Amino acid sequence: MKTQRFGFRLEPRADLPRYINITVPILSFLAALAAGAVLLLATGENPIATYWRIAERAFLDVGAINGTLIAATPLLFTGLCAAVAFRIGFFNIGGEGQFYIGAITGSGTALALGADTKGWVAIPAMILAGAVGGALWAAIPGVLRAFFRTNEIITSLMLNYVAGIIAVYLIFESESFWRDLEGSGQMFPKSKTIPLGAFWPNWSFGGLIVPFGLVLGVAVAIWIRVLQKRTRFGYEMRVVQGAPTTARYAGMRPGRVIVAVAAISGALAGLGGAAAVGNFRQVLDPKGLQQSGYGYSGIVVAALARLNPIAVIFVAILIGGITNAGYSLQGADFPPGLVGILQGLILFCTLGGEVLVRYRLVRTTTPPPPVPNVEVAS
Amino acid sequence: MTINDSLIVVIVAAAIYYGTPLVFAALGEILAERSGVINLGVEGMMLLGAVGASWVAATFDGPAGIVLPIALVVAMLFAAAGAAIHAVLTITLRVNQIISGLALTIFAGIAGVSSYLAGIWKLGQGPVPNQFDRVDLFGLSDAPVVGPILFNQTGLTYLSWLAVIAVSVYLFRTRLGLHLRAVGESPQTADSVGVGVARTRYVHVLIGGAFAGIAGACFSLSIVPQWVNGMTSGQGWIALALVIFGFWRPDLMLVGAYLFGGLSSLRFTLQARGIDISSAVLDAVPYVMTVVVLVLVSNSPARRRLGAPAALGRPYEREER
Repeated sequence: MKTQRFGFRLEPRADLPRYINITVPILSFLAALAAGAVLLLATGENPIATYWRIAERAFLDVGAINGTLIAATPLLFTGLCAAVAFRIGFFNIGGEGQFYIGAITGSGTALALGADTKGWVAIPAMILAGAVGGALWAAIPGVLRAFFRTNEIITSLMLNYVAGIIAVYLIFESESFWRDLEGSGQMFPKSKTIPLGAFWPNWSFGGLIVPFGLVLGVAVAIWIRVLQKRTRFGYEMRVVQGAPTTARYAGMRPGRVIVAVAAISGALAGLGGAAAVGNFRQVLDPKGLQQSGYGYSGIVVAALARLNPIAVIFVAILIGGITNAGYSLQGADFPPGLVGILQGLILFCTLGGEVLVRYRLVRTTTPPPPVPNVEVAS
Repeated sequence: MTINDSLIVVIVAAAIYYGTPLVFAALGEILAERSGVINLGVEGMMLLGAVGASWVAATFDGPAGIVLPIALVVAMLFAAAGAAIHAVLTITLRVNQIISGLALTIFAGIAGVSSYLAGIWKLGQGPVPNQFDRVDLFGLSDAPVVGPILFNQTGLTYLSWLAVIAVSVYLFRTRLGLHLRAVGESPQTADSVGVGVARTRYVHVLIGGAFAGIAGACFSLSIVPQWVNGMTSGQGWIALALVIFGFWRPDLMLVGAYLFGGLSSLRFTLQARGIDISSAVLDAVPYVMTVVVLVLVSNSPARRRLGAPAALGRPYEREER
């Protein structure tokens, strides 16, 4: 064995304390802020002032919090989308496209039901349509991965672009059912507004406005947690992730589990798309959806939440705050691109933090003791 | 109308022009993946390179022969700096390569560092003064058929051909290339004969990043040629698919890159000819075809012979066995 030079080595920790579920995300988040501050300083911005403006516009008054909850709602769904899929090692990064498809099917359903349909029919129909649309779109990479051994990362990502092109086509390049062809719609391409009855409710608690979509998302997160922890399907997911061969020997069908998880994952993002239309936009706005990039941010949410669906709720609100501040501050003295930078740094730091939890940094001045070569008796 | 104006010649010439960034990006990714590291940050690194090159070209006035090489070097450095983050996280800290690469694309990409820097430097006001123009190589640009296809491309395309040859020779004809492949196939074996696994991986992830930087510069100095946020529009991801399509070999990848370059250029070529096909369909073609081609390649019999490097995506721990 070569002698190890002076340096550092990673040594696995024997026991994992429970508190890491909280401390790692918090420390990662702070480390990301620190790294972002270095970048801001290096480019001549004042990090404290910038962060203070973000905090102000994200959390420090009722109006800011209301905006944050609006941004958090789609992130909750796309965060759950990534968390569910990544947990079984299915890297669905198509949440973005599944979100668009959910917005298309959700708004299409609301428009088709028309102005005379009551909310208690129209809203569940939109939810269902959004979920089914997203599920079908995500099932494509799911089936290709499960039965054609095709890398789901690239296929799901390519379908994001395709979904974006479909949405743009429906509003800008065709006279589709979604497009408003009357009034100002003749001049400027835009989508029809969904009927008033299909608007999702918002509940007000003394100035604080809680969107129905957020409540629905919280309920869904709890359902996912129960599904993962308390059901046979949840058990199958764990086995397929950990040991696909064992799963096959035990009579499970890993392919079907992968497709099912892909579909659930896509359904969550699609539901988010329907919520974005029903709760907030009330129109199908392809450019707006593409600029928000909720699907990609959902990956950050899921990673910072360590793929735990309950934690996704809180992280979605945190990242939603940054996103919301990014919108409302966009302008002369707020650098564009800062939201993405912070999100990327949060991801990097979360990954680094995970390592420092699982391993200890050990200084190596002497070569490590040689590991005895144990021969396996044959 | 001469043969050089015929649709097929125009399409092939455009395929090479639009395929050039794909060649650079996929070539870099081949080097990184051959060492065992997947880098999904290609799209982000390309945008870093694009913004770096755009900054040099927009800020510094001078003869093209000086400004453009500097712009390329800056593009390579910018993208390699992004790759360095991925290298530290995946090689030294051994984190999940998939998520780290995604993080790099989010960090550097359309809403990240690249647009931040472009904002600070006030890029995107108009086309940059110095661009990579088409070069009439050997005065043969009017030669029938081969003229426009082979002898009237930009310097970047000629550079990409040299790079493909260099990387092919390096991979399959040199000792260092053998070491690289050994690290990607079986790091334990490479380590046991004294090849530094971590060092090899660092070097090739960084070089891979530098190649992605040139790919980005192809957009900001030639194809677009000015700063537009997110101007690579998913080409980095297509480059990742091309690595699989080319079975991790530069020569096969080149074929794929020109195929996809052709598909990406169809929209401009056909519309310039007044051929009426919905632009939505033409826009979607490269992305849909990537999926189709990936499915075909993943299930082709050749896949068993020419598969991915065996240790691809797996961190190397000397103590682990």
